[in-house]
Amino acid sequence: MFILKIFFRNALSHRLRTGLTILGITIAILAFGLLRTVAGLWHIGVERSLATRLVTRNAISLVFSLPISYYDRIRQVPGVKSVSYGNWFGGVYIDEKYFFANEAIEPQSFLELYPEFILSDDQKQAFIHDRKGCIVGKKLASRYGWKLGDQLILKGTIFPGQWEFVLRGIFRGAEKSTEERVLFFHWDYLNETLKKTVPRRADQVGFYIIGIDKPEQAAQVSQDVDRLFKNSLAETLTETEKAFQLGFASMTGAIMVAIQIVSYVVIVIIMAVVANTMAMTARERIGQYAIFKTMGFKGYHIAGMVFGESLLISITGCICGILLTFPAGHLFGDLLGDYLPSFEVKQSTIYMDLGFGVLVGIVAGIFPTVRAVKIRIADGLRRIG
Amino acid sequence: MDNSQPQHTVVSIEGVAKSYWRGGQVVPVLEDISLDIERGEFLALMGPSGSGKSTLLNLIAGIDSVDAGSIIVDGVNIVGLDESELADWRAAHVGFIFQFYNLIPVLTAFENVELPLLLTSLSRRERREHVQAALSVVSLQDRMDHYPSQLSGGQQQRVAIARAIVSDPSILVADEPTGDLDRISAGEILGLMGRLNSEFGKTIIMVTHDPRAAEKAHTIRYLEKGVMVDVHP
Ligand SMILES: Nc1ncnc2c1ncn2[C@@H]1O[C@H](COP(=O)(O)OP(=O)(O)OP(=O)(O)O)[C@@H](O)[C@H]1O
Ligand SMILES: [Mg+2]
Repeated sequence: MFILKIFFRNALSHRLRTGLTILGITIAILAFGLLRTVAGLWHIGVERSLATRLVTRNAISLVFSLPISYYDRIRQVPGVKSVSYGNWFGGVYIDEKYFFANEAIEPQSFLELYPEFILSDDQKQAFIHDRKGCIVGKKLASRYGWKLGDQLILKGTIFPGQWEFVLRGIFRGAEKSTEERVLFFHWDYLNETLKKTVPRRADQVGFYIIGIDKPEQAAQVSQDVDRLFKNSLAETLTETEKAFQLGFASMTGAIMVAIQIVSYVVIVIIMAVVANTMAMTARERIGQYAIFKTMGFKGYHIAGMVFGESLLISITGCICGILLTFPAGHLFGDLLGDYLPSFEVKQSTIYMDLGFGVLVGIVAGIFPTVRAVKIRIADGLRRIG
Repeated sequence: MDNSQPQHTVVSIEGVAKSYWRGGQVVPVLEDISLDIERGEFLALMGPSGSGKSTLLNLIAGIDSVDAGSIIVDGVNIVGLDESELADWRAAHVGFIFQFYNLIPVLTAFENVELPLLLTSLSRRERREHVQAALSVVSLQDRMDHYPSQLSGGQQQRVAIARAIVSDPSILVADEPTGDLDRISAGEILGLMGRLNSEFGKTIIMVTHDPRAAEKAHTIRYLEKGVMVDVHP
């Protein structure tokens, strides 16, 4: 109990130094939490995709397309419940800086396969029945202040030209992590226009989406589909949407790995800083620890005092950091809500924060503790005065 | 253990030698020191700077270890004790008074005096009583909630004395207790130590440079380059 009192008061006796050290840890933990949350977002796209959806694309590369004629043949593969298809459109609205995903899809089958895009029935019907209609997610709509019936123009990048759409529906995501910054329109509209302008690019799709009943069928159906088009002009590669997204994510994944590494580096740096502070502190108190020893206090008492102070400082900083991570995360979410699907601090991040808080305290405390415990009393006393 | 020690001898030093390593060289500090101190004695240890007074005091108090010889205090040869045993022994048998008071700055006078008692099995209430008694001996009951920084040097030294006597040790060791005080405060401290010796029968071993301090003592011993000399040179 009294050891508690000692290290508490010792920590408080150097308010400025202790305060600055705590602040340093707080910021480090905050940075760690935010960096990890950003890096973690990358996998949300993967986690949210259903295991009962397969994606079929050109076996050579994502940039090559598949003939629309595959549609009927895929539908006949056993285990296939429904099929949809589409193209990445890559259109730009006003400014490339605010890029959002947009895809040409077959409305009816697509919406059936993606129940997580929640759209009212009349909006759905309005969309399906308007060849130039499009739907957007709620976040995107509010970003630009779009209302139903608005006319939108996208500048095509993959498919050059000005493309006009009429907003027929605004959907919301079933879950927080559902992508709401996206625009869908009729594949038919794209295809018919291409027939007139660039006929050789018509009747091609970028991907087929296949709905299956049970996740267990995924492997078999994938194999069957790919075998169907073996040795044809455009061979296919079918994988679960999850695997597909992982492949997609791995392109930018390297950046996320870098962010993750940086987050650990932050922790290591703060560990060094706290260790230095604790070493300084303990050196200053060598005389005090020698006095305790003189009176008959033992190594473990001294260890408790040094370690306690180190842990007190690091855990206080850690808790402040954790408490700040949530409001800071909200702020980030508000600022970056347009770019990121959601900004939720994961529980695992908090556990890691706590773990690192304790680890920093221990690592920073070890060296000074050993020093303080080992110091010979006569030498320690000699430093006083 | 040596039980041949006569009852009235509380400290018995036999053939003690001590040297330090400095820059790869052995520096002898004490050579073949022998000394008996009787119970109730007030002994002053004098000698030039560097003669080994503090070293000898530290050896008697069990905070440094000898190279050769034996030191028997209250029937226990402390040379044979390991570090942990020695810590327990110090807590029970030795009270320390230093030149720079050596109070813990973050603790009040009361808490400083209470420290040695935290290593005993005394209850909170008993500790409080002991601390108050010790503080009243040094006439500082009214300052018990003050921190060392709020006390004068003389007052701090009195708190240190209260801390040294609170657990009722067999011997009090004092290393230049007046070395950092003005004449008046020094006089007070010496008066107090004299009282501890005469009224409370405490055995005191005091290192000092101050002839006035030495006058208070019954016996004066001189150290000269690590050797006991009988008369003042
Ligand atoms: N830990 C140590 N390492 C090396 N040398 C030491 C150590 N402790 C003491 N000495 C040396 O031992 C000698 C005696 O030191 P000591 O402190 O006992 O002297 P002293 O008589 O108390 O002197 P003063 O009157 O100045 O306090 C000195 O030469 C000192 O430098
Ligand atoms: Mg000395």
